[in-house]
Amino acid sequence: MRSLKAFGAEFGWPRIIIFLFLVALFFAAPTVGVRVDASLSDVFNRFGQNALFVLALVPMIQSGCGLNFGLSLGIIAGLLGATLSVQFGLHGAVGFFGAIVLASPFAMLFGWLYGKLLNKVKGEEMTIAMYVGFASVMFMCIMWLLLPYSAPDMIWGYAGKGLRTTISVENYWIHILNNFGVVAWGPFFRFPTGEILFVAFAAFLMWLFLRTKTGTAMTAVGSNPDYARASGISVDKMRIISVMISTMLGAAGIIVYQQSFGFIQLYGAPLAMPFTAIAAILIGGASVNKANMLNVVVGAFLFQGLLTMTPSVINSALQTDMSEVVRIIVSNGIIIYALTRKTKVTK
Amino acid sequence: METTDTLLSLQNISKDFYGNVVLQDVCFDVRRGEIIGLVGENGAGKTTLMRILFGMNVIRETGGYRGKVCIDGQEVHFQSPFDALDAGIGMAHQEFSLIPGFTTTENIVLNRESMRPTVFNDVFGDRMSVLDRPLMKQRAAATIAKLGVNLDPDTLVSEMPVGHKQFTEIAREINREKTRILVLDEPTAVLTETEAEVLIQALRKLAASGIAIIFISHRLHEVIEVADRVVVLRDGVIVKDTPTEGVTVRDIASWMVGRQVSVERAEEEVRSFTEDIFSVSRLWVDMPGETVKDMNFTVKKGEIFGIGGLAGQGKLGIPNGIMGLFPAGGEVRLHGKPVPLNQPRLALEMGMAFVSEDRRGVGLLLEESLEWNIAFTAMQIQDKYLRPVLGGLFKIRDEAAMRDLTLGYIDILNIKCTSPSQKAVELSGGNQQKICLAKSFAIAPDLLFVSEPTRGIDIGAKRLVLDALYKYNRELGMTIVMVSSELEELRSICDRVAIVDEGRITGILPPTAKLEAFGLLMTGERVSQTSKGSADA
Repeated sequence: MRSLKAFGAEFGWPRIIIFLFLVALFFAAPTVGVRVDASLSDVFNRFGQNALFVLALVPMIQSGCGLNFGLSLGIIAGLLGATLSVQFGLHGAVGFFGAIVLASPFAMLFGWLYGKLLNKVKGEEMTIAMYVGFASVMFMCIMWLLLPYSAPDMIWGYAGKGLRTTISVENYWIHILNNFGVVAWGPFFRFPTGEILFVAFAAFLMWLFLRTKTGTAMTAVGSNPDYARASGISVDKMRIISVMISTMLGAAGIIVYQQSFGFIQLYGAPLAMPFTAIAAILIGGASVNKANMLNVVVGAFLFQGLLTMTPSVINSALQTDMSEVVRIIVSNGIIIYALTRKTKVTK
Repeated sequence: METTDTLLSLQNISKDFYGNVVLQDVCFDVRRGEIIGLVGENGAGKTTLMRILFGMNVIRETGGYRGKVCIDGQEVHFQSPFDALDAGIGMAHQEFSLIPGFTTTENIVLNRESMRPTVFNDVFGDRMSVLDRPLMKQRAAATIAKLGVNLDPDTLVSEMPVGHKQFTEIAREINREKTRILVLDEPTAVLTETEAEVLIQALRKLAASGIAIIFISHRLHEVIEVADRVVVLRDGVIVKDTPTEGVTVRDIASWMVGRQVSVERAEEEVRSFTEDIFSVSRLWVDMPGETVKDMNFTVKKGEIFGIGGLAGQGKLGIPNGIMGLFPAGGEVRLHGKPVPLNQPRLALEMGMAFVSEDRRGVGLLLEESLEWNIAFTAMQIQDKYLRPVLGGLFKIRDEAAMRDLTLGYIDILNIKCTSPSQKAVELSGGNQQKICLAKSFAIAPDLLFVSEPTRGIDIGAKRLVLDALYKYNRELGMTIVMVSSELEELRSICDRVAIVDEGRITGILPPTAKLEAFGLLMTGERVSQTSKGSADA
């Protein structure tokens, strides 16, 4: 009993309860006609799709910039990279990695400017970040129409210009990661090996980065900026670096998402994406100024698991199609829960 | 002093903050119409004592106090400052708590305004009453007259000279009908000499009307002038409680700074140093509350140079400015080479290190392990405790080396902790201070600044911290500049002690100089009495 309590305190009761709930959903699934193997496959796939967004939050949390509600900025950089890759007609692995490479300069530039802004609003980062995200998404709504894209796969057929709301990457680099070393088991189960490996590699690099001199300095800045300054660290510089890394990971994240999902979604699509990532990392046990790789993996898995299983089980049980409504209720409910439970850290 | 009956009695008041004793068995009585002068160095416990008297939240939140506070012989337990006000205790604060856009009258009768009923009262109750301004003004005028000062009841507080604000503040307290005990915390600090004189007259008048006054001040001659009795606090203990008749400023100064349990000087040898290592000229530092104006001094290689003085006079600004933490200017040289100011990294790279007085704010990563706390600066400045991985592609933290380093310091400095990976926030104040020292020792500086190394730690830990500094100085020849409010401490290990007042050094004395000499340099009595003080030394 004691060791159970200790384990609970260590791992966090909320995580244990959510995990048990998830397990219960898997047990309940067959009784309402939802296939467990298909569901599991979905969970792994969605985990891979979203884990990079969750990982992208880590550097800014560590540097004391809080939760990156402005992750949309990185996603926009990724969208620019993806659309440019399609515009240039890049296919297969070249197309996928080309998209990431093309997105990087945008992500760096956006991140640098965004970081400069956040340095001016210390203490209010999260509120400002949210509006930076909203504003940039709305600005890009105009730009997607005006930018001189011309690839026929992307532009509106009737006008001959302006990008469509959803662009299929089927002819370009769909499932380029998912199909790499894919493990199929029966007609429904697919384990997206390449995608998971990519995520694992990115997480390893982040793990490594946080252990370098710069990563250590970044963590110290988040832990106590005055201490860091007294130790000769440029607090503003570290914060900008963290924002740039976060933005770049957001850019790579949306491209990974697209190759799995099959479509580039433009216009209002990036608006809500930061929220799901934030909910995931908070569920994973991160606080507003401390996060680690375990938080990312556990959080992304639990959150995406819930998001996959709850709507499908409830829909089947109630015989209605409320999946979107249920998904929104569940994800926003989790965000509320997670934000109210954010751990206070003494400064 | 027509009556001798006791109004307020403090009995065996003790208070500690997390095991750090700040008040111990404090007893004194205040009689009706008596003026008590309460003096003591910064950190002697005056403020804490007054907070207890006022039932401030901070006291209860930190575990309450022991002992009894009695008013009219009845023990009282104030749950909040409101209870204290109801019991007739008034306090005029060091920082004014007045509303700038209100007039003198409005401030004096604030929240006790005279009301006049209107027709709406019948329907809506008393809330619909309106202010009776003529009566308010009359009351304010009466109060001002009671003080015996010249204040216009209609002036806005924002347009008043600072002295009048002080009078308004006091008038507000005595306007309360019940007020019988008035606490004045440094009331003359912002006043000119004439204003202070007027205030002292006013206080006399008040006392004659039966109000007891507790007068806290650093201006010792005023204390002697106004108070009937002087109570001297030192390290949380009352060291003297005596009528002011026949007491001189010098007596009080030496009571304030002298120590009963003195940290004795280990040796009486006088060391001599030849080589200059560090020089400061025309240094100014813009550190809020600790402004340095025109600082000039030289430190010799291998010595421990002490800097003392009262809080707010600028001694803390010196290391903070030199290490680049606050805007500074002037000329600072280490080994003859100019030290770039306002750039902490360059100051560290030049071979200087700083143990901040703000241990929890600047000195520590509270939420990180001891390993991080100790190794961080050395890692960032000197690339220590890193190891290559992936064939030298990256360099990452060498956790094993950090652990060895930390274990080493835990052993040398006798740091009490459960393991090197314990979080810094969990250690006691004294052990946290040792972590801060270890952090600086780890970069092996040529010159170490130590600011208030023993603030907020208990007496045993103080000794250990001082011993550590002493040891590093003697064994490794580390030059140390130690800034401290604790004069005894400076005298116990320093080779020379400079005293700072109003942003400038007023004198440099050998540690063996007499206490009064230091006390006089510190307490603003320097103009008239410095020469006498140093002649004695």
